[in-house]
Amino acid sequence: MNISGLLAQLFAIVMALFLAPLLTGWVGQCRAWLQSRTAPPLLQPYYMLHKLFHKDVVLAHGASSLFRVAPFVVFGCMVLACAIVPTLSTDLPFAPAADTIALVGVFGLARVFISLAAMDIGTSFGSLGGRREMLVGFLAEPALLMVIFTTAMISQSTSVATIVETLAHREFAIYPSLAFAGIAFTFVSLAENARVPVDNPATHLELTMIHEAMILEYSGRHLALIEWASSLKLYAYSCLGLALFFPWGIAAGDSFPAMLAAIPLLLLKLTIGGFLLAVIETVNAKMRIFRAPEFLGTAFLLAVLGLLVRLLMETRV
Amino acid sequence: MSATAISFTGQLINLFASVILLLAFAMLAQRRVMPLINLFALQGATLFLSTLVVAVSTGQHHLYWSAGLTLVLKVIALPLILHRLVRRLYVKWEVESLINIPTIMLVGIGLVIIAFNVALPISQLSDTITRGTLGIALATVMLAFLMMITRTKAIPQVVGFLSMENGLFLAATSATYGMPMVVELGIALDVLVGAIILGVFFFQIRDQFDSLDIRHMERLKDM
Repeated sequence: MNISGLLAQLFAIVMALFLAPLLTGWVGQCRAWLQSRTAPPLLQPYYMLHKLFHKDVVLAHGASSLFRVAPFVVFGCMVLACAIVPTLSTDLPFAPAADTIALVGVFGLARVFISLAAMDIGTSFGSLGGRREMLVGFLAEPALLMVIFTTAMISQSTSVATIVETLAHREFAIYPSLAFAGIAFTFVSLAENARVPVDNPATHLELTMIHEAMILEYSGRHLALIEWASSLKLYAYSCLGLALFFPWGIAAGDSFPAMLAAIPLLLLKLTIGGFLLAVIETVNAKMRIFRAPEFLGTAFLLAVLGLLVRLLMETRV
Repeated sequence: MSATAISFTGQLINLFASVILLLAFAMLAQRRVMPLINLFALQGATLFLSTLVVAVSTGQHHLYWSAGLTLVLKVIALPLILHRLVRRLYVKWEVESLINIPTIMLVGIGLVIIAFNVALPISQLSDTITRGTLGIALATVMLAFLMMITRTKAIPQVVGFLSMENGLFLAATSATYGMPMVVELGIALDVLVGAIILGVFFFQIRDQFDSLDIRHMERLKDM
Protein backbone atom coordinates (compact mmCIF):
# COMPACT_ATOMS: atom_id res chain seq x y z
CA MET A 1 0.00 0.00 0.00
CA ASN A 2 1.51 3.30 -0.99
CA ILE A 3 0.65 6.94 -0.47
CA SER A 4 -1.06 7.48 -3.81
CA GLY A 5 -3.27 4.45 -3.23
CA LEU A 6 -4.29 5.78 0.17
CA LEU A 7 -4.98 9.21 -1.29
CA ALA A 8 -7.09 7.68 -4.04
CA GLN A 9 -9.05 5.70 -1.46
CA LEU A 10 -9.54 8.81 0.64
CA PHE A 11 -10.70 10.72 -2.41
CA ALA A 12 -13.27 8.02 -3.22
CA ILE A 13 -14.62 8.09 0.34
CA VAL A 14 -14.83 11.89 0.48
CA MET A 15 -16.61 11.89 -2.83
CA ALA A 16 -19.08 9.30 -1.54
CA LEU A 17 -19.73 11.44 1.55
CA PHE A 18 -20.53 14.48 -0.54
CA LEU A 19 -22.29 12.82 -3.47
CA ALA A 20 -24.62 10.67 -1.34
CA PRO A 21 -26.90 13.48 -0.04
CA LEU A 22 -26.84 14.98 -3.51
CA LEU A 23 -28.16 11.70 -4.95
CA THR A 24 -30.93 11.61 -2.35
CA GLY A 25 -31.78 15.23 -3.20
CA TRP A 26 -31.85 14.43 -6.90
CA VAL A 27 -34.21 11.48 -6.41
CA GLY A 28 -36.47 13.66 -4.28
CA GLN A 29 -36.47 16.36 -6.92
CA CYS A 30 -37.32 13.92 -9.71
CA ARG A 31 -40.13 12.44 -7.63
CA ALA A 32 -41.57 15.89 -7.04
CA TRP A 33 -41.44 16.71 -10.75
CA LEU A 34 -43.07 13.43 -11.74
CA GLN A 35 -45.84 13.92 -9.20
CA SER A 36 -46.30 17.57 -10.30
CA ARG A 37 -45.34 19.01 -6.98
CA THR A 38 -42.98 21.92 -6.48
CA ALA A 39 -39.56 20.35 -6.21
CA PRO A 40 -37.37 20.99 -3.18
CA PRO A 41 -33.93 22.40 -4.01
CA LEU A 42 -31.26 19.91 -5.02
CA LEU A 43 -29.24 20.74 -1.92
CA GLN A 44 -32.16 20.13 0.46
CA PRO A 45 -30.48 17.11 2.18
CA TYR A 46 -27.44 19.30 2.93
CA TYR A 47 -29.66 21.96 4.52
CA MET A 48 -31.29 19.21 6.57
CA LEU A 49 -27.94 17.88 7.73
CA HIS A 50 -26.73 21.39 8.54
CA LYS A 51 -29.81 22.13 10.55
CA LEU A 52 -29.72 18.84 12.43
CA PHE A 53 -26.02 19.10 13.28
CA HIS A 54 -26.69 22.46 14.96
CA LYS A 55 -29.54 21.20 17.09
CA ASP A 56 -29.29 19.77 20.57
CA VAL A 57 -29.74 16.10 21.18
CA VAL A 58 -32.76 15.09 23.20
CA LEU A 59 -32.46 11.65 24.72
CA ALA A 60 -35.28 9.55 26.09
CA HIS A 61 -35.09 8.66 29.81
CA GLY A 62 -34.60 4.97 29.25
CA ALA A 63 -31.94 5.35 26.58
CA SER A 64 -28.93 3.12 27.12
CA SER A 65 -25.47 3.62 25.68
CA LEU A 66 -26.46 1.34 22.80
CA PHE A 67 -28.93 3.98 21.68
CA ARG A 68 -26.20 6.65 21.64
CA VAL A 69 -23.64 4.44 19.91
CA ALA A 70 -25.90 3.07 17.17
CA PRO A 71 -25.86 6.15 14.87
CA PHE A 72 -22.07 6.17 14.83
CA VAL A 73 -21.90 2.41 14.14
CA VAL A 74 -24.44 2.69 11.34
CA PHE A 75 -22.65 5.66 9.82
CA GLY A 76 -19.30 3.87 10.10
CA CYS A 77 -20.69 0.74 8.43
CA MET A 78 -22.04 2.76 5.52
CA VAL A 79 -18.77 4.66 5.03
CA LEU A 80 -16.93 1.32 5.05
CA ALA A 81 -19.40 -0.08 2.52
CA CYS A 82 -18.84 2.95 0.28
CA ALA A 83 -15.10 2.35 0.55
CA ILE A 84 -15.41 -1.31 -0.47
CA VAL A 85 -17.84 -0.81 -3.35
CA PRO A 86 -15.88 0.27 -6.42
CA THR A 87 -17.16 3.69 -7.35
CA LEU A 88 -14.44 5.29 -9.42
CA SER A 89 -11.77 2.64 -9.54
CA THR A 90 -11.64 -1.10 -8.94
CA ASP A 91 -8.14 -1.36 -7.56
CA LEU A 92 -8.09 0.57 -4.30
CA PRO A 93 -6.30 -0.38 -1.06
CA PHE A 94 -9.57 -1.16 0.72
CA ALA A 95 -10.91 -3.46 -1.99
CA PRO A 96 -9.11 -6.64 -0.80
CA ALA A 97 -10.20 -5.93 2.79
CA ALA A 98 -13.61 -7.45 2.25
CA ASP A 99 -15.29 -9.52 -0.44
CA THR A 100 -18.94 -9.29 -1.41
CA ILE A 101 -20.11 -11.63 1.33
CA ALA A 102 -18.42 -9.46 3.95
CA LEU A 103 -20.02 -6.43 2.29
CA VAL A 104 -23.45 -7.99 2.81
CA GLY A 105 -22.35 -8.62 6.39
CA VAL A 106 -21.48 -4.95 6.86
CA PHE A 107 -24.98 -3.98 5.74
CA GLY A 108 -26.32 -6.63 8.12
CA LEU A 109 -24.33 -5.22 11.04
CA ALA A 110 -25.77 -1.76 10.46
CA ARG A 111 -29.25 -3.25 10.29
CA VAL A 112 -28.85 -5.14 13.56
CA PHE A 113 -27.62 -2.05 15.39
CA ILE A 114 -30.34 0.26 14.18
CA SER A 115 -33.03 -2.31 14.98
CA LEU A 116 -31.63 -2.87 18.48
CA ALA A 117 -31.45 0.87 19.06
CA ALA A 118 -35.05 1.20 17.91
CA MET A 119 -36.14 -1.42 20.45
CA ASP A 120 -33.90 0.06 23.15
CA ILE A 121 -36.23 2.92 24.06
CA GLY A 122 -39.17 0.62 24.49
CA THR A 123 -41.76 2.58 22.53
CA SER A 124 -44.19 0.53 20.52
CA PHE A 125 -43.28 2.25 17.25
CA GLY A 126 -39.60 1.54 17.72
CA SER A 127 -40.01 -2.17 18.24
CA LEU A 128 -42.59 -2.35 15.47
CA GLY A 129 -40.16 -0.70 13.05
CA GLY A 130 -37.27 -2.84 14.26
CA ARG A 131 -39.18 -6.05 13.73
CA ARG A 132 -40.39 -5.00 10.30
CA GLU A 133 -36.85 -4.04 9.33
CA MET A 134 -35.62 -7.48 10.36
CA LEU A 135 -38.44 -9.11 8.37
CA VAL A 136 -37.42 -7.22 5.25
CA GLY A 137 -33.75 -7.78 5.96
CA PHE A 138 -33.82 -11.52 6.40
CA LEU A 139 -35.70 -11.89 3.14
CA ALA A 140 -33.55 -9.43 1.19
CA GLU A 141 -30.19 -10.78 2.31
CA PRO A 142 -30.36 -14.25 0.68
CA ALA A 143 -31.63 -12.69 -2.52
CA LEU A 144 -28.72 -10.23 -2.52
CA LEU A 145 -26.28 -13.07 -1.88
CA MET A 146 -27.75 -15.08 -4.77
CA VAL A 147 -27.36 -12.07 -7.08
CA ILE A 148 -23.75 -11.75 -6.00
CA PHE A 149 -23.12 -15.48 -6.48
CA THR A 150 -24.39 -15.24 -10.05
CA THR A 151 -21.87 -12.52 -10.85
CA ALA A 152 -19.22 -14.35 -8.84
CA MET A 153 -19.70 -17.45 -10.99
CA ILE A 154 -19.03 -15.45 -14.13
CA SER A 155 -15.80 -14.01 -12.77
CA GLN A 156 -14.78 -16.99 -10.59
CA SER A 157 -14.20 -14.79 -7.55
CA THR A 158 -16.17 -13.22 -4.72
CA SER A 159 -13.94 -10.17 -4.47
CA VAL A 160 -15.85 -7.10 -5.62
CA ALA A 161 -12.85 -5.65 -7.44
CA THR A 162 -12.22 -8.85 -9.43
CA ILE A 163 -15.90 -9.26 -10.34
CA VAL A 164 -16.20 -5.72 -11.60
CA GLU A 165 -12.91 -5.91 -13.46
CA THR A 166 -13.94 -9.14 -15.21
CA LEU A 167 -17.33 -7.75 -16.15
CA ALA A 168 -15.92 -4.43 -17.32
CA HIS A 169 -13.20 -5.82 -19.54
CA ARG A 170 -14.97 -8.74 -21.18
CA GLU A 171 -15.89 -9.18 -24.79
CA PHE A 172 -19.44 -8.25 -25.62
CA ALA A 173 -21.73 -11.14 -24.75
CA ILE A 174 -25.35 -11.42 -23.71
CA TYR A 175 -25.67 -13.01 -20.31
CA PRO A 176 -29.32 -13.89 -19.64
CA SER A 177 -28.26 -14.75 -16.09
CA LEU A 178 -27.06 -11.17 -15.56
CA ALA A 179 -30.43 -9.89 -16.74
CA PHE A 180 -32.18 -12.03 -14.12
CA ALA A 181 -29.68 -10.95 -11.48
CA GLY A 182 -30.14 -7.29 -12.45
CA ILE A 183 -33.90 -7.39 -11.97
CA ALA A 184 -33.48 -9.21 -8.66
CA PHE A 185 -30.91 -6.65 -7.54
CA THR A 186 -33.33 -3.81 -8.34
CA PHE A 187 -36.00 -5.46 -6.17
CA VAL A 188 -33.57 -5.95 -3.31
CA SER A 189 -32.25 -2.38 -3.47
CA LEU A 190 -35.79 -0.99 -3.38
CA ALA A 191 -36.52 -3.02 -0.26
CA GLU A 192 -33.19 -2.36 1.44
CA ASN A 193 -33.27 1.38 0.90
CA ALA A 194 -36.83 1.74 2.18
CA ARG A 195 -38.17 2.79 -1.20
CA VAL A 196 -41.74 2.84 -2.36
CA PRO A 197 -43.09 -0.62 -3.10
CA VAL A 198 -41.90 -1.77 0.32
CA ASP A 199 -41.61 1.39 2.41
CA ASN A 200 -42.14 5.09 1.78
CA PRO A 201 -39.18 7.25 2.80
CA ALA A 202 -41.34 10.35 3.07
CA THR A 203 -44.14 9.02 5.22
CA HIS A 204 -44.81 9.29 8.91
CA LEU A 205 -48.08 7.42 8.64
CA GLU A 206 -47.88 5.14 11.61
CA LEU A 207 -49.22 1.94 10.15
CA THR A 208 -47.02 1.77 7.08
CA MET A 209 -43.61 3.10 8.02
CA ILE A 210 -40.62 0.83 8.53
CA HIS A 211 -37.42 2.86 8.44
CA GLU A 212 -38.97 6.03 9.84
CA ALA A 213 -40.53 4.12 12.73
CA MET A 214 -37.09 3.04 13.89
CA ILE A 215 -35.57 6.50 13.99
CA LEU A 216 -38.50 8.40 15.51
CA GLU A 217 -36.70 8.83 18.84
CA TYR A 218 -33.53 10.25 17.35
CA SER A 219 -32.78 13.96 17.20
CA GLY A 220 -29.98 16.39 16.59
CA ARG A 221 -26.64 15.08 15.39
CA HIS A 222 -27.72 11.45 15.90
CA LEU A 223 -30.56 11.91 13.45
CA ALA A 224 -28.23 13.75 11.07
CA LEU A 225 -25.81 10.82 11.11
CA ILE A 226 -28.60 8.34 10.47
CA GLU A 227 -30.00 10.41 7.60
CA TRP A 228 -26.54 10.72 6.12
CA ALA A 229 -26.02 6.97 6.58
CA SER A 230 -29.21 6.15 4.68
CA SER A 231 -28.06 8.46 1.86
CA LEU A 232 -24.74 6.63 1.86
CA LYS A 233 -26.56 3.30 1.75
CA LEU A 234 -28.51 4.40 -1.31
CA TYR A 235 -25.28 5.61 -2.88
CA ALA A 236 -23.48 2.33 -2.07
CA TYR A 237 -26.30 0.25 -3.52
CA SER A 238 -26.50 2.41 -6.64
CA CYS A 239 -22.75 2.19 -7.18
CA LEU A 240 -22.76 -1.57 -6.58
CA GLY A 241 -25.56 -2.00 -9.12
CA LEU A 242 -23.81 0.22 -11.64
CA ALA A 243 -20.51 -1.57 -11.09
CA LEU A 244 -22.04 -5.02 -11.50
CA PHE A 245 -24.42 -4.42 -14.39
CA PHE A 246 -23.10 -1.30 -16.18
CA PRO A 247 -19.40 -1.39 -15.37
CA TRP A 248 -18.13 0.44 -18.45
CA GLY A 249 -15.84 3.37 -17.88
CA ILE A 250 -14.66 2.49 -14.39
CA ALA A 251 -10.94 3.07 -13.81
CA ALA A 252 -8.71 0.08 -13.14
CA GLY A 253 -5.81 1.57 -11.18
CA ASP A 254 -5.37 4.18 -8.49
CA SER A 255 -3.97 6.86 -10.78
CA PHE A 256 -5.68 10.20 -10.33
CA PRO A 257 -6.14 11.10 -14.01
CA ALA A 258 -7.97 7.82 -14.66
CA MET A 259 -10.17 8.36 -11.63
CA LEU A 260 -10.94 11.95 -12.60
CA ALA A 261 -11.85 10.71 -16.06
CA ALA A 262 -14.28 8.22 -14.51
CA ILE A 263 -16.14 10.92 -12.56
CA PRO A 264 -18.32 12.38 -15.36
CA LEU A 265 -19.46 8.92 -16.43
CA LEU A 266 -20.29 7.97 -12.84
CA LEU A 267 -22.25 11.21 -12.41
CA LEU A 268 -24.14 10.54 -15.64
CA LYS A 269 -24.95 6.98 -14.59
CA LEU A 270 -26.08 8.11 -11.13
CA THR A 271 -28.25 10.85 -12.65
CA ILE A 272 -29.99 8.37 -14.92
CA GLY A 273 -30.22 5.79 -12.14
CA GLY A 274 -31.73 8.31 -9.73
CA PHE A 275 -34.30 9.37 -12.31
CA LEU A 276 -35.26 5.74 -12.97
CA LEU A 277 -35.62 5.18 -9.23
CA ALA A 278 -37.98 8.16 -9.06
CA VAL A 279 -39.97 6.73 -11.97
CA ILE A 280 -40.27 3.35 -10.24
CA GLU A 281 -41.38 5.07 -7.04
CA THR A 282 -43.96 7.12 -8.89
CA VAL A 283 -45.61 4.39 -10.95
CA ASN A 284 -45.82 1.91 -8.08
CA ALA A 285 -48.05 2.07 -5.06
CA LYS A 286 -46.75 1.05 -1.69
CA MET A 287 -47.72 -2.52 -1.04
CA ARG A 288 -49.09 -3.97 2.15
CA ILE A 289 -46.39 -5.07 4.55
CA PHE A 290 -47.54 -8.67 4.21
CA ARG A 291 -46.94 -8.50 0.48
CA ALA A 292 -43.27 -7.68 1.11
CA PRO A 293 -42.30 -11.35 1.63
CA GLU A 294 -43.85 -12.13 -1.74
CA PHE A 295 -41.99 -9.24 -3.39
CA LEU A 296 -38.67 -10.32 -1.93
CA GLY A 297 -39.47 -13.97 -2.56
CA THR A 298 -39.79 -13.05 -6.23
CA ALA A 299 -36.40 -11.35 -6.05
CA PHE A 300 -34.89 -14.48 -4.53
CA LEU A 301 -36.55 -16.61 -7.18
CA LEU A 302 -35.19 -14.44 -9.99
CA ALA A 303 -31.71 -14.57 -8.53
CA VAL A 304 -31.85 -18.38 -8.23
CA LEU A 305 -33.16 -18.59 -11.80
CA GLY A 306 -30.21 -16.48 -12.90
CA LEU A 307 -27.87 -18.90 -11.18
CA LEU A 308 -29.58 -21.91 -12.79
CA VAL A 309 -29.60 -20.33 -16.24
CA ARG A 310 -25.93 -19.57 -15.81
CA LEU A 311 -25.29 -23.24 -14.97
CA LEU A 312 -27.41 -24.58 -17.82
CA MET A 313 -26.64 -22.37 -20.76
CA GLU A 314 -23.47 -20.41 -20.28
CA THR A 315 -20.98 -22.85 -18.83
CA ARG A 316 -20.69 -25.24 -21.76
CA VAL A 317 -19.09 -24.41 -25.06
CA MET B 1 -14.51 -17.62 -20.48
CA SER B 2 -16.67 -20.28 -22.03
CA ALA B 3 -19.69 -18.09 -22.74
CA THR B 4 -17.90 -16.20 -25.46
CA ALA B 5 -17.58 -19.44 -27.40
CA ILE B 6 -21.32 -19.40 -28.07
CA SER B 7 -22.13 -17.46 -31.22
CA PHE B 8 -24.15 -14.26 -31.11
CA THR B 9 -27.31 -15.90 -32.48
CA GLY B 10 -26.90 -18.64 -29.90
CA GLN B 11 -26.76 -15.98 -27.20
CA LEU B 12 -29.88 -14.31 -28.61
CA ILE B 13 -31.75 -17.61 -28.59
CA ASN B 14 -30.64 -18.27 -25.02
CA LEU B 15 -31.84 -14.81 -24.04
CA PHE B 16 -35.27 -15.36 -25.59
CA ALA B 17 -35.51 -18.78 -23.96
CA SER B 18 -34.73 -17.20 -20.58
CA VAL B 19 -37.43 -14.60 -21.16
CA ILE B 20 -39.91 -17.39 -21.93
CA LEU B 21 -39.00 -19.05 -18.62
CA LEU B 22 -39.32 -15.73 -16.82
CA LEU B 23 -42.78 -15.19 -18.35
CA ALA B 24 -43.79 -18.72 -17.29
CA PHE B 25 -42.97 -17.74 -13.71
CA ALA B 26 -44.77 -14.42 -14.10
CA MET B 27 -47.88 -16.29 -15.25
CA LEU B 28 -47.57 -18.60 -12.26
CA ALA B 29 -47.50 -15.59 -9.93
CA GLN B 30 -50.21 -13.58 -11.68
CA ARG B 31 -53.40 -13.16 -9.70
CA ARG B 32 -55.68 -11.56 -12.28
CA VAL B 33 -57.13 -13.00 -15.48
CA MET B 34 -56.54 -10.18 -17.98
CA PRO B 35 -52.81 -9.70 -17.27
CA LEU B 36 -52.48 -13.49 -17.36
CA ILE B 37 -53.74 -13.54 -20.94
CA ASN B 38 -51.45 -10.63 -21.86
CA LEU B 39 -48.50 -12.49 -20.38
CA PHE B 40 -49.46 -15.51 -22.46
CA ALA B 41 -49.50 -13.34 -25.59
CA LEU B 42 -46.09 -11.94 -24.63
CA GLN B 43 -44.75 -15.47 -24.20
CA GLY B 44 -46.05 -16.31 -27.66
CA ALA B 45 -44.35 -13.21 -29.08
CA THR B 46 -41.03 -14.19 -27.48
CA LEU B 47 -41.43 -17.71 -28.88
CA PHE B 48 -42.06 -16.18 -32.32
CA LEU B 49 -38.88 -14.09 -32.08
CA SER B 50 -36.79 -17.02 -30.91
CA THR B 51 -38.11 -19.27 -33.70
CA LEU B 52 -37.41 -16.51 -36.21
CA VAL B 53 -33.81 -16.19 -35.01
CA VAL B 54 -33.35 -19.95 -35.28
CA ALA B 55 -34.86 -19.90 -38.78
CA VAL B 56 -32.61 -17.08 -39.95
CA SER B 57 -29.45 -18.54 -38.45
CA THR B 58 -29.97 -22.10 -39.70
CA GLY B 59 -31.74 -21.39 -43.00
CA GLN B 60 -34.46 -23.95 -42.27
CA HIS B 61 -37.36 -22.74 -44.41
CA HIS B 62 -40.14 -24.57 -42.62
CA LEU B 63 -39.22 -22.74 -39.43
CA TYR B 64 -40.41 -19.50 -41.04
CA TRP B 65 -43.81 -21.11 -41.39
CA SER B 66 -43.70 -22.25 -37.78
CA ALA B 67 -42.77 -18.75 -36.67
CA GLY B 68 -45.61 -17.25 -38.74
CA LEU B 69 -48.04 -19.79 -37.32
CA THR B 70 -46.93 -18.89 -33.80
CA LEU B 71 -47.42 -15.20 -34.50
CA VAL B 72 -50.89 -15.57 -35.99
CA LEU B 73 -52.20 -18.13 -33.51
CA LYS B 74 -50.56 -17.49 -30.17
CA VAL B 75 -49.91 -13.78 -30.30
CA ILE B 76 -53.07 -12.63 -32.10
CA ALA B 77 -55.85 -15.21 -32.40
CA LEU B 78 -55.86 -17.05 -29.08
CA PRO B 79 -55.40 -14.00 -26.82
CA LEU B 80 -58.20 -12.27 -28.75
CA ILE B 81 -60.50 -15.25 -28.25
CA LEU B 82 -59.62 -15.41 -24.55
CA HIS B 83 -60.13 -11.66 -24.10
CA ARG B 84 -63.58 -11.91 -25.69
CA LEU B 85 -64.43 -14.87 -23.48
CA VAL B 86 -63.39 -13.06 -20.32
CA ARG B 87 -65.46 -10.02 -21.28
CA ARG B 88 -68.50 -12.10 -22.19
CA LEU B 89 -68.25 -14.19 -19.03
CA TYR B 90 -67.53 -11.24 -16.67
CA VAL B 91 -64.70 -13.05 -14.92
CA LYS B 92 -62.20 -10.26 -14.39
CA TRP B 93 -61.87 -10.87 -10.68
CA GLU B 94 -58.85 -12.33 -8.97
CA VAL B 95 -57.94 -15.91 -9.67
CA GLU B 96 -57.68 -17.93 -6.52
CA SER B 97 -55.11 -20.66 -6.36
CA LEU B 98 -55.10 -23.73 -4.15
CA ILE B 99 -51.70 -23.03 -2.58
CA ASN B 100 -50.40 -19.55 -1.79
CA ILE B 101 -48.24 -17.91 -4.44
CA PRO B 102 -44.78 -17.94 -2.73
CA THR B 103 -45.10 -21.69 -2.10
CA ILE B 104 -46.02 -22.24 -5.75
CA MET B 105 -42.95 -20.25 -6.76
CA LEU B 106 -40.71 -22.40 -4.55
CA VAL B 107 -42.22 -25.57 -6.02
CA GLY B 108 -41.60 -23.97 -9.42
CA ILE B 109 -37.90 -23.54 -8.66
CA GLY B 110 -37.75 -27.20 -7.67
CA LEU B 111 -39.38 -28.14 -10.98
CA VAL B 112 -36.88 -26.00 -12.89
CA ILE B 113 -33.97 -27.75 -11.19
CA ILE B 114 -35.46 -31.17 -12.03
CA ALA B 115 -36.10 -30.13 -15.63
CA PHE B 116 -32.57 -28.78 -16.08
CA ASN B 117 -31.07 -31.96 -14.67
CA VAL B 118 -33.23 -34.21 -16.82
CA ALA B 119 -32.54 -32.20 -19.96
CA LEU B 120 -28.78 -31.98 -19.54
CA PRO B 121 -27.84 -35.49 -20.79
CA ILE B 122 -30.45 -35.33 -23.56
CA SER B 123 -29.25 -31.98 -24.87
CA GLN B 124 -25.67 -33.26 -24.99
CA LEU B 125 -26.79 -35.83 -27.58
CA SER B 126 -28.13 -33.10 -29.82
CA ASP B 127 -25.91 -30.96 -32.02
CA THR B 128 -28.28 -28.08 -32.79
CA ILE B 129 -27.39 -24.47 -32.03
CA THR B 130 -30.35 -24.34 -29.66
CA ARG B 131 -29.69 -27.40 -27.53
CA GLY B 132 -29.06 -25.34 -24.40
CA THR B 133 -32.68 -24.25 -24.36
CA LEU B 134 -34.06 -27.79 -24.08
CA GLY B 135 -33.95 -27.61 -20.29
CA ILE B 136 -35.84 -24.33 -20.35
CA ALA B 137 -38.46 -25.80 -22.69
CA LEU B 138 -38.97 -28.72 -20.34
CA ALA B 139 -39.15 -26.37 -17.37
CA THR B 140 -41.79 -24.26 -19.16
CA VAL B 141 -43.90 -27.36 -19.79
CA MET B 142 -43.68 -28.38 -16.14
CA LEU B 143 -44.46 -24.87 -14.89
CA ALA B 144 -47.53 -24.81 -17.12
CA PHE B 145 -48.55 -28.16 -15.63
CA LEU B 146 -48.10 -26.70 -12.17
CA MET B 147 -50.32 -23.78 -13.11
CA MET B 148 -53.05 -26.12 -14.35
CA ILE B 149 -52.85 -28.11 -11.12
CA THR B 150 -52.90 -25.18 -8.72
CA ARG B 151 -55.58 -23.00 -10.30
CA THR B 152 -59.23 -23.59 -9.57
CA LYS B 153 -60.81 -21.48 -12.28
CA ALA B 154 -61.33 -22.73 -15.81
CA ILE B 155 -59.71 -19.90 -17.80
CA PRO B 156 -56.29 -19.97 -16.08
CA GLN B 157 -56.28 -23.72 -16.62
CA VAL B 158 -56.80 -23.23 -20.33
CA VAL B 159 -54.06 -20.59 -20.40
CA GLY B 160 -51.81 -23.11 -18.63
CA PHE B 161 -52.67 -25.69 -21.28
CA LEU B 162 -51.80 -23.27 -24.07
CA SER B 163 -48.60 -22.22 -22.33
CA MET B 164 -47.64 -25.89 -22.12
CA GLU B 165 -47.98 -26.05 -25.89
CA ASN B 166 -45.56 -23.10 -26.07
CA GLY B 167 -43.08 -25.10 -24.04
CA LEU B 168 -43.47 -28.16 -26.27
CA PHE B 169 -42.95 -26.03 -29.36
CA LEU B 170 -39.77 -24.57 -27.86
CA ALA B 171 -38.58 -28.07 -27.01
CA ALA B 172 -39.18 -29.23 -30.58
CA THR B 173 -37.29 -26.26 -32.00
CA SER B 174 -34.39 -26.63 -29.61
CA ALA B 175 -33.92 -30.39 -29.93
CA THR B 176 -34.46 -30.99 -33.64
CA TYR B 177 -35.18 -27.64 -35.35
CA GLY B 178 -38.92 -28.21 -35.21
CA MET B 179 -41.32 -30.96 -36.06
CA PRO B 180 -42.43 -31.85 -39.60
CA MET B 181 -44.81 -29.31 -41.09
CA VAL B 182 -47.82 -31.66 -41.03
CA VAL B 183 -47.42 -32.37 -37.33
CA GLU B 184 -46.96 -28.70 -36.54
CA LEU B 185 -50.04 -27.67 -38.51
CA GLY B 186 -52.01 -30.44 -36.84
CA ILE B 187 -50.99 -29.35 -33.35
CA ALA B 188 -51.65 -25.71 -34.09
CA LEU B 189 -55.16 -26.45 -35.35
CA ASP B 190 -55.74 -28.78 -32.40
CA VAL B 191 -54.87 -26.02 -29.99
CA LEU B 192 -57.08 -23.52 -31.78
CA VAL B 193 -60.02 -25.88 -31.94
CA GLY B 194 -59.38 -26.90 -28.33
CA ALA B 195 -59.49 -23.30 -27.20
CA ILE B 196 -62.75 -22.70 -29.06
CA ILE B 197 -64.38 -25.86 -27.68
CA LEU B 198 -63.23 -24.99 -24.17
CA GLY B 199 -64.73 -21.55 -24.71
CA VAL B 200 -68.09 -23.19 -25.37
CA PHE B 201 -67.54 -25.37 -22.32
CA PHE B 202 -67.02 -22.31 -20.16
CA PHE B 203 -70.54 -21.15 -20.92
CA GLN B 204 -71.92 -24.61 -20.22
CA ILE B 205 -70.07 -24.82 -16.90
CA ARG B 206 -71.27 -21.41 -15.87
CA ASP B 207 -74.87 -22.13 -16.81
CA GLN B 208 -74.73 -25.34 -14.80
CA PHE B 209 -73.01 -24.09 -11.64
CA ASP B 210 -73.27 -20.27 -11.80
CA SER B 211 -69.47 -20.25 -11.44
CA LEU B 212 -66.35 -21.14 -13.36
CA ASP B 213 -64.82 -22.85 -10.38
CA ILE B 214 -64.09 -26.35 -11.59
CA ARG B 215 -64.11 -27.71 -8.05
CA HIS B 216 -67.88 -27.89 -8.46
CA MET B 217 -67.34 -30.56 -11.07
CA GLU B 218 -65.98 -32.93 -8.45
CA ARG B 219 -69.50 -33.28 -7.11
CA LEU B 220 -71.04 -34.40 -10.40
CA LYS B 221 -73.43 -37.26 -9.79
CA ASP B 222 -75.83 -39.23 -11.98
CA MET B 223 -79.26 -38.39 -10.72
